[in-house]
Amino acid sequence: MVTPLEHIFHLYNRAGFGISYKEAKSLSNKSIKEIVDGLFNNIADGNYLRVIGKEDITKPKEMLQSGMSKKEIRQLIIDKGIDLNLKWVEQLLNTTNVLIEKQTLFWHNHFACRVQNPYLIQELNNIHRKFAFSSFRTLLVEVSKSPAMLEFLNNQQNRKEHPNENFARELMELFTLGRGNYTENDIKQSARAFTGWSFSRNSYEFEFREKQHDYDEKEFLNRKGNFGGEDIINIILDDKQTALFLCKKIYKYYVNEIIDETRVKALAEYYYLNQYNTESLLKKIFLSDWFYNDINMGCNIKSPIEYVIGLSRQFKIKYANEKVLLGFQRQLGQVLFFPPNVAGWPGGKNWIDSSTLMLRMRLPSLILNNGDIENDGRIDDPDDMMGISAEQINKKLNTSVNWAEILNTHEGLTLENLSKILLAKQPNSKVINVISTNAANDLKEQIVKLISLPEYNLC
Amino acid sequence: MNRRRFIKTSALASSYLLLPEFLKPLEKLNLSDTGEKNLVIVQLSGGNDWLNTIVPFNNDVYFQKRSKLALRNDKIITLNNELALNSGLSALKEFYDDGNLCIVNNVGYPNPDRSHFRSMDIWQSASSSIEYWNTGWIGRYLDSNCQNAYQAIEVDSALSLALKGERLKGIAVKDVKKLFDQTKLPYFKDIVDIEKKETLNEDNQGYLYKTLIETYSSAGYIYETTKTTTNDFEYPNTNFAKQLKNVATFIESGLNTRVYYVSLTGFDTHVAQLNQHEKLLQTYAEGISAFIKNLRSKNKWDNTLLFTFSEFGRRVEENASAGTDHGTAGNVLLFGGNLKKKGIVNDGPDLKYLDDGDLKFKVDFRSIYSNILSNWLNTDAAKILKSNIVPFELI
Repeated sequence: MVTPLEHIFHLYNRAGFGISYKEAKSLSNKSIKEIVDGLFNNIADGNYLRVIGKEDITKPKEMLQSGMSKKEIRQLIIDKGIDLNLKWVEQLLNTTNVLIEKQTLFWHNHFACRVQNPYLIQELNNIHRKFAFSSFRTLLVEVSKSPAMLEFLNNQQNRKEHPNENFARELMELFTLGRGNYTENDIKQSARAFTGWSFSRNSYEFEFREKQHDYDEKEFLNRKGNFGGEDIINIILDDKQTALFLCKKIYKYYVNEIIDETRVKALAEYYYLNQYNTESLLKKIFLSDWFYNDINMGCNIKSPIEYVIGLSRQFKIKYANEKVLLGFQRQLGQVLFFPPNVAGWPGGKNWIDSSTLMLRMRLPSLILNNGDIENDGRIDDPDDMMGISAEQINKKLNTSVNWAEILNTHEGLTLENLSKILLAKQPNSKVINVISTNAANDLKEQIVKLISLPEYNLC
Repeated sequence: MNRRRFIKTSALASSYLLLPEFLKPLEKLNLSDTGEKNLVIVQLSGGNDWLNTIVPFNNDVYFQKRSKLALRNDKIITLNNELALNSGLSALKEFYDDGNLCIVNNVGYPNPDRSHFRSMDIWQSASSSIEYWNTGWIGRYLDSNCQNAYQAIEVDSALSLALKGERLKGIAVKDVKKLFDQTKLPYFKDIVDIEKKETLNEDNQGYLYKTLIETYSSAGYIYETTKTTTNDFEYPNTNFAKQLKNVATFIESGLNTRVYYVSLTGFDTHVAQLNQHEKLLQTYAEGISAFIKNLRSKNKWDNTLLFTFSEFGRRVEENASAGTDHGTAGNVLLFGGNLKKKGIVNDGPDLKYLDDGDLKFKVDFRSIYSNILSNWLNTDAAKILKSNIVPFELI
């Protein structure tokens, strides 16, 4: 059984962060089923992030009493946040368990959250990992009870006498049903059901505060009862609209930003019948024939993380100064753990504007080729990107690449084949002609030029 | 057309002949069209303490709540018997006196959010606090009224949400020459020359090329149009003033740009605020003052409106570290040669009736946008704000 290389590239673009030519070739004698199963092999490992301990950041009051200044506390929080970010990046760069990272990124965006204490954020991320592929219900309950989300959506302030609707609103609008499938009264009623959902500032554990809970009857989505928070979650999940809403998002993420309504409906039906089991849903997608249709290949725009991690993994780039990777996230508009708001990163075309596109097109040559996009000296002014010279760039980026190995792997490929290996969507033949005219016999230059094209931003 | 203008446009015209294919759409531009209005938006990032900016110096509550931070008589410049400027803003007093400044009090929005990011999104997208929009108010103006990315320029290296539209996004330029040089890389130039905007697909591949072509055409246009303009006007030696000087140079060169976006950061003053804040305001005021005088000297001021906002004001009561924490409503400042309302246009802050320690807003910022959009940018405000918002008439 042989699987076409382009299917392997496509699968790994979506379920992972791309794949090198060498690795793709080594998989091609397996069936697609075997390859897909391989992706799911170790998903239970979780790849948990454990860089910040519970005791690292205590209550501000306690830290002040221990003699820290406010400035030091702020710096500690920033430093720990950076540690956490870079730890995830390191894992993204090196893990063989790519699907768990890809699905965690999905939940990271779906349950977008920002709070001050990076320990809480780390633990929310670990919940995403732990329940990434299990029932969405379990994941949703765990997220709803996480200190990070309770704090971010002000459920700490949600008390019987003064219900705070923030959590209830986002639960329906962004996490489950989507706008237009509930009323303002449903929000009010369900907010009452979540009163008392809180957490301890000492143990960072979920706490149900009975005295703050409203035990009276609520009317929610046409049902009546003395509902508590989990009842509300169950009612929401009983509504097929939730499966549809989630499948739309998953389809956009893994398949195509443009939705095929019939397919998404079928997926939603399947997800619903399987009690929202995410593992089986993803398997179904990756094993469907239509997943490998031309229309679904190279149609999506890589997120900054997909772009940077993909490039780095594909060419085994080594970063001596890992803070460079933080800089890329900032400049390209996606800093892990810092979504713009509770709705997450809007994604798709929103990733691309003049500045980010120019940077994406310059990065391959900056990282892989000391800033040179061609070897024939046609550069008018090397002092271009980011206001620093090529030498400085190299020093600043401090990256290293094993070109000998890359050239060895790609030896003897025609430019057309090289293009098919490196790009998910093929450029205009005239573009290929430009490359073949200027870099006919220079494999390194051909590679750098191909991955500097706009098409390299598609997956 | 005066002689100078003629030389400039003809120099420009001749250099156009040398420009490659991708710049062709620009030939449709009406080069003599310089009478258009400019909007300059100045964002104060971090949440400005408006109470110590436009100071209610006659209000007992102000002194009660701010025993460390309240500004005494030697630190303020009085405007009327109620409000005064922080002395850091002394460079702005003359514009208040000659009717080129209008101060709006108590500007905000319902259900205010105290997160920098969220509240900034709300101001930039002009959504309500329970909606999440992916486009900015200027971006939607670009979508509905403009053809080119350079019609909204942010003087920075990254583009803010405010300037992102669905169809068209503004352009972020910190250094025109550098951006232009980037576009001169022969390989990219070859590629840009191959694709034509008109024949590209609607898919993402087409979108990437469209953005690329747009970037090239904007970089080329901005560079070619501005390179003959030298600006000798003296500005303070701050980054902020340099950004404004760039904007003034752009405006003088006759660039067909409607909106410029500039920001000044550092307003998140939680600790030891007094000196720090005064310095920031001084940077702001001296930059603005040079900018206005510069444009006046070039007869461009009457076509310019300058709008200043921050994502929120700060709490009325100071905190224990001689700073202030995130609050809600604040001021909006508007500078222009043709203001309909001048000076202080509404009542100052009511410090007695607070909402959980925060000022209650009286003017929705979107009603000011509505006024600017319809009366200054001559567009359909209801379309851009996605609802019919009664304008707060200032211009």
